[in-house]
Amino acid sequence: MAEFKKADSMLEWFDQRLGVVKFAKVMMTEYWIPKNINFLWAMGVLLSVMFAILLVSGIFLLMYYKPDVNMAFDSVNYTIMQEVGYGWLFRHIHAVGASVVFLIIYIHMFTGIYYGSYKKGREMIWISGMILFMLFSAEGFSGYMLPWGQMSYWAAYVITEIFGGIPLIGGDLVVWIRGNFYVADSTLTRFFMLHVLLIPLGILGAIVLHFYALRFPHVNNVEGEFFDFDEEAEKYLAGKHKESKVVPFWPVFLSKDFFVLGVFLVFFFYLVFFHYDFAMDPINFDKADGLKTPAHIYPEWYFLWSYEVLRGWFFPVGPLSGKDLGLMAFGFANAIFLVMPWLDRSPTVKPANQRPYFGIWFWLMIADLMVLTLFGKLPPTGPNAWVGFGASLTFLVLFIALPFVTIAEAKKAKGK
Amino acid sequence: MKEFKILAVLVVLVGALYYGIEPFAHSVMHPEVAPANFAFDDLKNVDTSLKGNVDNGKVLVEANCIACHAIEAAGHLQIMSNADAAAAYGVNPPDLSSAGRIYDKNFLANFIYNPVAAMKLDHKYPVGGAKAFPMPSYNWMQPQDIMDVVAYLQSISPKVTEDKAGHEATFKAACSRCHAMKYGTLEATTPAETLKTYLGTTPPDLSQHIKSRGEHYLHSFINNPQVLLAGTAMPRVGLTEKAQEEVIAYMEEIGDSKKAERESVGLWVMGYSVVFALLAYLWKRKIWKKVH
Repeated sequence: MAEFKKADSMLEWFDQRLGVVKFAKVMMTEYWIPKNINFLWAMGVLLSVMFAILLVSGIFLLMYYKPDVNMAFDSVNYTIMQEVGYGWLFRHIHAVGASVVFLIIYIHMFTGIYYGSYKKGREMIWISGMILFMLFSAEGFSGYMLPWGQMSYWAAYVITEIFGGIPLIGGDLVVWIRGNFYVADSTLTRFFMLHVLLIPLGILGAIVLHFYALRFPHVNNVEGEFFDFDEEAEKYLAGKHKESKVVPFWPVFLSKDFFVLGVFLVFFFYLVFFHYDFAMDPINFDKADGLKTPAHIYPEWYFLWSYEVLRGWFFPVGPLSGKDLGLMAFGFANAIFLVMPWLDRSPTVKPANQRPYFGIWFWLMIADLMVLTLFGKLPPTGPNAWVGFGASLTFLVLFIALPFVTIAEAKKAKGK
Repeated sequence: MKEFKILAVLVVLVGALYYGIEPFAHSVMHPEVAPANFAFDDLKNVDTSLKGNVDNGKVLVEANCIACHAIEAAGHLQIMSNADAAAAYGVNPPDLSSAGRIYDKNFLANFIYNPVAAMKLDHKYPVGGAKAFPMPSYNWMQPQDIMDVVAYLQSISPKVTEDKAGHEATFKAACSRCHAMKYGTLEATTPAETLKTYLGTTPPDLSQHIKSRGEHYLHSFINNPQVLLAGTAMPRVGLTEKAQEEVIAYMEEIGDSKKAERESVGLWVMGYSVVFALLAYLWKRKIWKKVH
């Protein structure tokens, strides 16, 4: 064991044992972020804060929630919302936070796509991010079941039913997931376990991986410029703050993020206290009833686009039923973002507005996702069904076309 | 500035998305219906401009009503237990003490004349159908006599206070023969099993209806259920606008009891966030001045 001197200060005492000075440097004061960024680069910190808020509010809810079909609804809507001091506050924060976190995730994700922050060494950042997206989706879905309202029940019914379309094992798989032949107490208790234990553990792990994946390729910047981070860091440390292309995570980068966070929190708390219906659907204040199907069943807003990709296929093609086709399209839609770094065949890392073909592709994709989201909520009748089909097909075509679009773009760039 | 342009694009996209999936989609799924009509002027069987005679009304009520109805306010107590009364009639006959206060005059007069038509329950009790509504029509009675009965009922109705207790009293008189309010520890006075036989379905507990249906929906629904839910077993109850407001107020007091706290805490938290954002902005300016 190394020789230990008597420490002169508490800091030194900890430093001897935990290397806190070095640790703070590596994590904060000498963790370098490009200077040329805009407020969209604050979404990561916003997401970290939102995750913390969800975790803490969730812990408080966990103290009174009862995962049992006979008690769940009242434990949420009576005990937590009305009996426990500020229980309503934690529930509102948790429910609205779960919805708003997806808004920020989508902004974060499409920022990454727009600026090409998923390629040339940043593939693992992108993949760990998409794993986080999938885990958050599972977390959102399992959590939505817990209040045991009508929409909890019927969304669980519809979504678990989707797995029934998988060939050969589908029927057994549905029973295995539900733990029963229908959505029942066993379904509630296992989704409770997933929501409060297994998925959060996965999320924590994936967050660590996501942050770690940033260390080597470093954060992208608004121009997609590549530069030597060590060289720029030296400049900064030498006092050439204005000349250097990088800033330290603390305090420079975070000072900007705190401001963006402050503005965001004003918006967030407005929703929490005064405008929460979008995240706490009125229908879910009716207790789950397996014998009474609501007139309209729809998932939370952040699942609407993929739900519509699934639902858009409402007629058979050849030997395949609409349900099979929808399921295939749904599987495609949920997996395709993961391989984004390999679909974009152009070596250019630039914002979409500086890339002739990709720029058009990007905004078409955004427009298509918005159409899918809107029509995912509307009843799929008459012309709505055809718009849904068109948008679902467009989604597939856009992603199948992406390699060709970007190859053509790369050729054009070379020709210049 | 570039950042404002980006923010503007973001706000427009998110705003359009929000508009589409919330106000627009809900307006498609739940189209607007005819506004609530508290005059009940579709009912024209009784000339309600006739001035009622309270004394004659008293005689008529004692001769015609109290065989089935209790009127506690006039000293006629309920004879049978709730369960026995429910078994005898299908549903507990209401105590008429507050009938004159909570029901609209026009509705009440026309109800006495023909209950099924006033409640818009013809689909459940068609003329000549197998099932008869427990209360007979008093269409043989002279309009003047009917108005005398109404005048008497109005004269005996006890006033209620403008607070939760008052709202609860109105709710009990208007709703709780069929509906429970679990979170307010009120049970339906008719036993659930009897109700299921009588109505064909168990009427919902109303504890969370202020949230699941919302004030806007309830305002139209209570006034005329058939408009929003054609074929429902729920009758048009004929509440005056004031009585209906009291009922909805009670539903909110029970179903959303923390509303006032939520709204006041909300302002503080938002104020705190604004201060936080301002201080963060000043700090950010100070720090970035050195690097730009």
